[in-house]
Amino acid sequence: MVLEIERVTVEFRPKKGPPLVALHEVNLTIRPGEFVVALGASGCGKTTLLNTVAGFLPPTSGQIRLAGKPVLGPGRERGVVFQQHALMPWLSVLGNVEFGLRLQGLARGERRRIALECLAKVGLSQAVEQPVYELSGGMQQRVGVARAMATSPAVMLLDEPLGALDAFTRESVQEILLDIWRDSSRMFFFITHDVEEALFLSTRLLIMAPQPGRIVHEFDVPFSRRFAQTRNARAVKAAPDFIEMRERILDLMRQTSSGDLS
Amino acid sequence: MNPPEITVKTAPPPPAPAAPAVPAGSRYRTPGAGATRLISTLTIAALAALWWISTHFGWIKPLFLPSPEATFKAFIDAVHGNNQGQTPLVEHILVSVTRVFCAFFLAVLTAVPVGIAMGTSRIMRGIFDPLIEFYRPLPPLAYLPLIVIWLGIDEGAKITLIYLACFAPLAMAAQAGVRGVALEQINAAYALGGSRWQVITLVILPAALPEILTGMRIAIGFGWTTLVAAEMVAASVGLGQMVLNASNFLRTDIVVMGIIIIGVLAYLFDLLMRQIERRLTPWKGRM
Repeated sequence: MVLEIERVTVEFRPKKGPPLVALHEVNLTIRPGEFVVALGASGCGKTTLLNTVAGFLPPTSGQIRLAGKPVLGPGRERGVVFQQHALMPWLSVLGNVEFGLRLQGLARGERRRIALECLAKVGLSQAVEQPVYELSGGMQQRVGVARAMATSPAVMLLDEPLGALDAFTRESVQEILLDIWRDSSRMFFFITHDVEEALFLSTRLLIMAPQPGRIVHEFDVPFSRRFAQTRNARAVKAAPDFIEMRERILDLMRQTSSGDLS
Repeated sequence: MNPPEITVKTAPPPPAPAAPAVPAGSRYRTPGAGATRLISTLTIAALAALWWISTHFGWIKPLFLPSPEATFKAFIDAVHGNNQGQTPLVEHILVSVTRVFCAFFLAVLTAVPVGIAMGTSRIMRGIFDPLIEFYRPLPPLAYLPLIVIWLGIDEGAKITLIYLACFAPLAMAAQAGVRGVALEQINAAYALGGSRWQVITLVILPAALPEILTGMRIAIGFGWTTLVAAEMVAASVGLGQMVLNASNFLRTDIVVMGIIIIGVLAYLFDLLMRQIERRLTPWKGRM
């Protein structure tokens, strides 16, 4: 099963002014087991790209295919974790994680079993019955991850899910995400504007640039696999080659943005 | 060149718990925070005292405003049915409450689905919006004759009039509630494989619940407001009828008593609704 994004262009036509090209002829193929991270400043179309893959937004031209079938709208083979958790406050933690399974009509016992499994993976076994509006931001995002996992999607789409978290919480959720990624052959597509986060999580890193939104650079990155072996996030992030690559990417991004300014 | 030294200063553990005192005159509150029960009780007590004083010292003639004692006597008489029509007060109350609540529940059962449909479907909004916006500002007294001609002088006409008064605010509240649902919540449900119907019933309806409950509070208020109008024609019992009848005989004591009873009933119901709100939507304002 492969996710193919083929020559996808998205244009917004405001009532006044010229059309805005949010994405221009983007090509991308994601294979099982890959953790692809799109990195870029705001306005480079990374969220637009994720929304078209999720099926929330139709491309103006081009096509997205999952396992050869064109994407024509949202579907449960593509799980989404949102920037603002988007949980249902009238449901408990468990109720939120069970929600997708309930939509499928699974029996109560079965969906409880799966939901508890997913909650254990994100380290929330203790908070199962809590109302979600009483949780901290980091816990809410972990519920969001568990909810997206519960229906076993082939693709996980994460739209800057850790942007609002503090540094320590952020790192712990990053580790949880890598554990989930390693334990399955899912495809991950993750969006961030944080260079360190992008380097740490990705097996493949895309750098995007605005006006028009497009992919300008692509890297193969070894650090997520290194973490999977060593399980020491600090050591990975403090390694000389990590720092060197981080600086190189920052430099590239600085060039891209100053190029747009001139 | 050596790298610069980083000096680490570790704070000593705190010796003893710091003084918890919040000095007088502190301004930590958010605007509008805090309990209001005492203030409300004092307000009512002050008004009652003013009422008693102004009638006892003859500032206002009893015809314009009867004294509290006279009003209380009218209440006792009414309880025993010692007045026009010989109907005990309990019966007036029961009949009126039944009318208001029948109309209100019918309105909840119909206006909420209509409001949700208006919020989720272009066609439904196109159909209902002009209808509701047209009749909503009309005074019920203006279309009361028509309703009586169409539906007769039975309960049907009275309940319909109150129902119409409740319907518009409820439908509008439900529609506004739908509009206020976060797009991400809807998208999340679609991404989990939800159908359109599932999204409406399992996401939009509960997400709109806080606004619907507010709409219910407003709607029942309109219902009580319309009660007197509804009982103007061919009613022999009911609080509104009792008040109207008393006003024909200049029995202001009964009028004041009836007003107080309607007001207290409406207030009690509102307190109940607030409790229900707290129970059903504890997340309100917290997400």
